[in-house]
Amino acid sequence: MAKTLDKVDVVTVGVGWTGGIIAAECAKAGMKVRGLERGQNRGTEDFSLVHDEYRYAIRYELMQDLSKETITFRNNMKQRALPMRQLGSFLLGEGLGGAGTHWNGMTYRFLPYDFQIKSETEKKYGKNKVSSDYLLQDWGITYDELEPYYDRFEKTMGLSGEDTNPFWGKRSSDFPTPPMKKTPLLQKFEKAAKDLGYHPYMVPSANLSQPYENPDGSQINACQYCGFCERFGCEYGAKASPEVTVIPAAKKTGNYDIIFNANVVEVLKKGNKTTGVRYIDTQTGEEVIQPADVVVLTSYMMNNAKLLMVSNIGEQYDPATGKGTLGKNYCYQIEPGATGFFDEQMNTFMGAGALGMTIDDFNADNFDHTDLDFIHGASISFVQSGSRPIGTNPVPSDVPLWGAEFKKASIENFTRTLDVFGQGASIPHKHNYLSLDPTYKDKYGVPLLQMTYNFTEQDRNLHKFITKKTVEVMEKMGAKKTEGGGPLAEYDIAPYQSTHNTGGTTMGNDPQNSVVNTYLQHWDMENLFVVGAGNFNHNSGYNPTATVGALAYRTAEGIQKYRQKGGSLV
Amino acid sequence: MAKTTKGVSRRDFLKTTGIAAGTLVGGGLIGGLVGYNANKGNSSVATAPAEDHHDADINRGLMFFTKRRDFEILAQATERIFPEDELGPGAIGLGVPYFIDNQLAGNYGSNAREYMQGPFHEGGLTQGYQTRLTRAELFMNGIHTMDQEANKRFSKGFAELEGDQMDEILTDLQKDEIKMKGVSSAFFFKLLRSATLEGAYADPIYNGNVNMEGWKMKGFPGHQMSYINQIEDEKFHKIDPKSISSMQH
Repeated sequence: MAKTLDKVDVVTVGVGWTGGIIAAECAKAGMKVRGLERGQNRGTEDFSLVHDEYRYAIRYELMQDLSKETITFRNNMKQRALPMRQLGSFLLGEGLGGAGTHWNGMTYRFLPYDFQIKSETEKKYGKNKVSSDYLLQDWGITYDELEPYYDRFEKTMGLSGEDTNPFWGKRSSDFPTPPMKKTPLLQKFEKAAKDLGYHPYMVPSANLSQPYENPDGSQINACQYCGFCERFGCEYGAKASPEVTVIPAAKKTGNYDIIFNANVVEVLKKGNKTTGVRYIDTQTGEEVIQPADVVVLTSYMMNNAKLLMVSNIGEQYDPATGKGTLGKNYCYQIEPGATGFFDEQMNTFMGAGALGMTIDDFNADNFDHTDLDFIHGASISFVQSGSRPIGTNPVPSDVPLWGAEFKKASIENFTRTLDVFGQGASIPHKHNYLSLDPTYKDKYGVPLLQMTYNFTEQDRNLHKFITKKTVEVMEKMGAKKTEGGGPLAEYDIAPYQSTHNTGGTTMGNDPQNSVVNTYLQHWDMENLFVVGAGNFNHNSGYNPTATVGALAYRTAEGIQKYRQKGGSLV
Repeated sequence: MAKTTKGVSRRDFLKTTGIAAGTLVGGGLIGGLVGYNANKGNSSVATAPAEDHHDADINRGLMFFTKRRDFEILAQATERIFPEDELGPGAIGLGVPYFIDNQLAGNYGSNAREYMQGPFHEGGLTQGYQTRLTRAELFMNGIHTMDQEANKRFSKGFAELEGDQMDEILTDLQKDEIKMKGVSSAFFFKLLRSATLEGAYADPIYNGNVNMEGWKMKGFPGHQMSYINQIEDEKFHKIDPKSISSMQH
């Protein structure tokens, strides 16, 4: 006997960046918006004790409680999928702000090439450059169409940066705040990159270089370079996060509220429309129905896909036939890199999440791929985010991993080691996809999402190429000894790699090959929107948040149009 | 050299962050800025785990282990992984065995925030933790396995072995050459190694990293409010570490 609440105009499932952006924009436009968040309320005032590596970075205080829900994983279709019992490869968010609370703040726009990757690749290299096993696809939208929304999101965050990268698309305005401090370690990378003929620029940072008031009237403070950023919340309110920007903006309208401990388990439907959602109150176990005119899925990309699957909305992708769209194009990233060992001690423990410099000379199609056995590329960066002692124990590969020699070397190198790393693009493959697990269930009896994923030939070739480039940069930086990472092995769910998971609910301009249209409106259900990195058709060589935020702003505009006219927005 | 050890003044902090005085952050944070004395109190460095009761810190004790023998095996194993040397204390001196004991008694030991529903199957190498054992059970099995191996090979308990004999057993665990119930020995060794490093370097509030000696060896300053005034300096800064507990006193 589920309890039914009063209907609202818009309900969002999850309250992080996307849920916050949708809420702020729709509430400002006069709609009654409700956010359903399965985690807890939290904010800046909870983070005064956050400089605790063990609690936050090692035991994952701010992340998803996997005892309630996780995913299952296998490398290929022949293997038995088993639950991801502990967090590792990626860190799922939970609670107000979601992963937008404990992110690093590196905020790049994708490149114009990304949105037209299929047509650009075919135009330049012909139709056979990429095997048909790779489900390469244009996004149905161009960089120029998305530019105003990138601009809007950057202004919400007060993004700190400099417009000096020759490879970026055109910007309609400069960064809202100047770049972060170019520290001596960053200058070391800059000089090496320039000497090699590359084009280094300051990472666009959501840890702000100076105090800033955004267009919604929210205040973001200046970063203190304390070295506790990713996996932590900011005790200064100096990292642009949903809880210091869009959520207060939404609340200020009087049209917005949030229900916590509300774990949505189903999108409800009648005919070809959704009528709302059903959730479990995680503290009482009670079932509650929240009716709404518009439902927006704004949780992490995995949970968005899962909710569509368990609610039977859209057609599940089948790798055997290639039919169906839901769950396809699951992508990740690769992280080729090089470690440099130096003689002198450096202030490696000081830093900020997005304090760094990057080159794009080997990203996207910024270099010629005619003679290369891969497409796309990687950004190559040096980031001074603040080394911490449990997580950072660098030793040269000939030193054992424990005992006297290890102790000496790991202590010696803690302040004498730097890393240069790539974020390599991930191209969708027909065997990498998301579906529902047939065996394992979450705490509420709903099937877990199943991930079938492995690195591809494309990944291995790109990894090898970029590793070499990172070694060259590190050697130029003056390391007495440089070690490049080994070749890419099988994808392993246990060690941390990246929380840049994408795909599964892709966008496009054809219902045959996408789940949502370019307003992220579901093709089969006009009052259902699905927002997040799940909309990406492939993953670029950058962090995804800027593109996620831009798409959310565009969706908010779409929802307003939909409220006026109804029907399909395209 | 004042600059190398000085933190940010409260006024500088307020100015640079743009935080209006007296607002936004909790009393603990502001309080921590104005009245903190480094290194007060906590001083007793254990050289042998809990054998010597004379200077015992009554805030510290075993919450998980019931047998001194088991705790001693754990202590000796962690010390081999992270030994005392001329740089400073090893795992025992840093209180690592107590750290692990205390963690095993809580959420860590019972895998409280992890997915522990069946069915359980032995996973592939890339599928991570797949045992039905909790960490608490896993540690106990591992410790008993080490002791059995020691008795088998050297007719002594693990804690009574010579260092190189302990290393032989630890190396075989690491190489997965010893059979263990419910989990591979390599998996247990990896967990033991991680827990040892966590105990050496976690904030001292968790009962390891005694007197912040782990941080001092490593040159890590622990909890500092800000590096905004130092991060542009070329020279290396040696900074007296602070515990996060300084925010609450």
